[in-house]
Amino acid sequence: MSKTYGGRREGVIALSDIDCTIADGEFLSIVGPSGCGKSTLLKILAGLMPASAGDALLNGTPIDGPRQDIGVVFQSPVLFPWRSVLGNVLLPVDVQRLGREKMTKRALDLLALVGLTGFEQRYPWELSGGMQQRVALVRALIHDPALLLMDEPFGALDAMTREQMNVELQRIWMESRKTVVFITHSTSEAVFLGDRVMVMTPRPGKVGDLFTVDLPRPRALDVMTTEAFGVYVRRIRKSLNAGGGLE
Amino acid sequence: MKGARNFVLRLLLIALVLLVWEAAVRLFEVPQFILPAPTNVFIAFYRGFASALYLDHIWVTISETLLGFVLGTALAFLLGTVIALSRPVEYFLYPFVVMFQAMPKVALAPLIIVWFGLGLTSKVVNAALVAFFPLMVNTIVGLRSAEEDKVNLMRSLAASKAQIFWMLQLPNAMPYIFAGLEIAMIFALIGAIVAEFVGAQSGLGMLIQSMNFTMDVAGQFSVLLLLSLLGLLLNGLVTGVRRRVLFWDASTKFSDEAAKKEAV
Repeated sequence: MSKTYGGRREGVIALSDIDCTIADGEFLSIVGPSGCGKSTLLKILAGLMPASAGDALLNGTPIDGPRQDIGVVFQSPVLFPWRSVLGNVLLPVDVQRLGREKMTKRALDLLALVGLTGFEQRYPWELSGGMQQRVALVRALIHDPALLLMDEPFGALDAMTREQMNVELQRIWMESRKTVVFITHSTSEAVFLGDRVMVMTPRPGKVGDLFTVDLPRPRALDVMTTEAFGVYVRRIRKSLNAGGGLE
Repeated sequence: MKGARNFVLRLLLIALVLLVWEAAVRLFEVPQFILPAPTNVFIAFYRGFASALYLDHIWVTISETLLGFVLGTALAFLLGTVIALSRPVEYFLYPFVVMFQAMPKVALAPLIIVWFGLGLTSKVVNAALVAFFPLMVNTIVGLRSAEEDKVNLMRSLAASKAQIFWMLQLPNAMPYIFAGLEIAMIFALIGAIVAEFVGAQSGLGMLIQSMNFTMDVAGQFSVLLLLSLLGLLLNGLVTGVRRRVLFWDASTKFSDEAAKKEAV
C-alpha cells in the first residue's frame, strides 16, 4: 500500500509499500520519527483518506471509507464540551443509532473500568487531561469495534499519568482483546504495550524492522527496569537510527 | 465587603453626576429646550407613564423590534447555513452579500417606507434588514469553526453530513450564533426606531420626532432613557437564553464567574 500527496508527477511520497498483516487480537505498536507517515497510515486505516495504491483490508474487506467497526483515539481527547462525559461516550451510539437505552449500561461499565464512576454527568472541562483521554478511550470502545486505532494518545500527558495510562490500557486490552494499532514516538511505551513493534523509517514512510516482544503479561511498570526490556528498547533505537530517524 | 462598598461608591458616583448636571442647569440658567435638568426629565418620564401615553408606543416599538428580530435572524440563520455548507452557493451569492454588507442598511429606510407603507410592516422589514447581517456572518463563521480533529472523529464513526451538522457543527457554532443574536437584537431596535423616524403613526421613534417638533426636550430625554432600558431588557432576554444553552462555553463561564466575583 502506498500514499502520495500532491500532484501526480512531483507529489510527496508519504508512504511507500507498506505491507503488514496484523493478527486478530494483536497489539501492534508503531514507532517512528515525526514525518515518517505514521499519522497518514492511521488515517488510511481509519478510512479518513484513501490510499494512492494498494488496499488496507480489515477482516478481508477493503477499508474504502469510514466504517462502523473501527474505533479511533486521537492525540487530543477531542471531547464535545456541550456533552457530558456519558454523552461523549455515547456519541458513536448516537451516530450509529445503536440505541441509548441498550448501550448506557455498557457505557457505565466501561467508565467504571477506567475508574471514572461518579463522573458520568460531569463535563469535559471539569476533568484532568488524563481523565479526558480515558473518556476518549471509552468512547472508542463503546460500539465494540473490531479494530482500535490510537494515534499517540498519551503524548500530551505528563510522564507519570502516561505510565499509569499505559498500565490501564494494557488491562483494558487484556479484558477486551481488541486488535490495536498504537502509534507512538516513545520506544519504551511501544515495547511496554506491544505484542509486536513496527519501526517506520521516514521519507518515504516504509516498514523498517518488526520486533516481536516476548515479555509475559500482564506487564507491570517494573518490567521497564529489566534487562530483557532494555534489550528490546536498544534494538528498536538502533533500528530507528539506521533508518535515519534519530540523530 | 469590598464588593458591597464598591457598589455603594458606584451609586454615589451616579448620584453625583446627576447632582452636578442639575446644579449646572440651574446655575447657568440653561433653557429647557437645550438641556433639561434631571428632575424635569424624571417628571416627563413619570407623566408619560401616568397618562398611559408611553405604554402604547412602547408596545408598538417592542413588537416591531421582536418581529423584525425573529424574521431577520431566522432568514440570516437559514442563508448563513446554506452558505457555510455549500461552496457553490457561497461563490455565487458572495457579490450580493459583500455589497449589502458594506451598505449602511438604515439608509434603505426611506425606500422601505415607500414600499411597505407607514404601518407596522415597514418597521418590521427595516428591523429585520438591519438585524440580518450580524447573525448571518456569525452563523457562517461559527459553522465553519469546527476543529479538524472533531470533524475527523465524526467521519471516523461513519457519520453522515447531516449528523456532522446536527451533532457537531451546529452546537459548535452556538457561541458565535448567540454573539450574533445579541448584536442582532440591538440592531433590530435601531432599525425599528430609524424607520419610525422616517415615517410612522406610533412608536417611540415617532414620539421622539413629534416631541422634537414641539421642543419638548425633557420628554425626548425621558424617551431616550426608556429606550436604553428597553435595549437592556431585550439584550437581557438573549443573554438569559444564552446562559441556559451555552452553559458549556468558556466565555459564558468566565463572565458568570466574573459576575459572581463582583457580587461577592
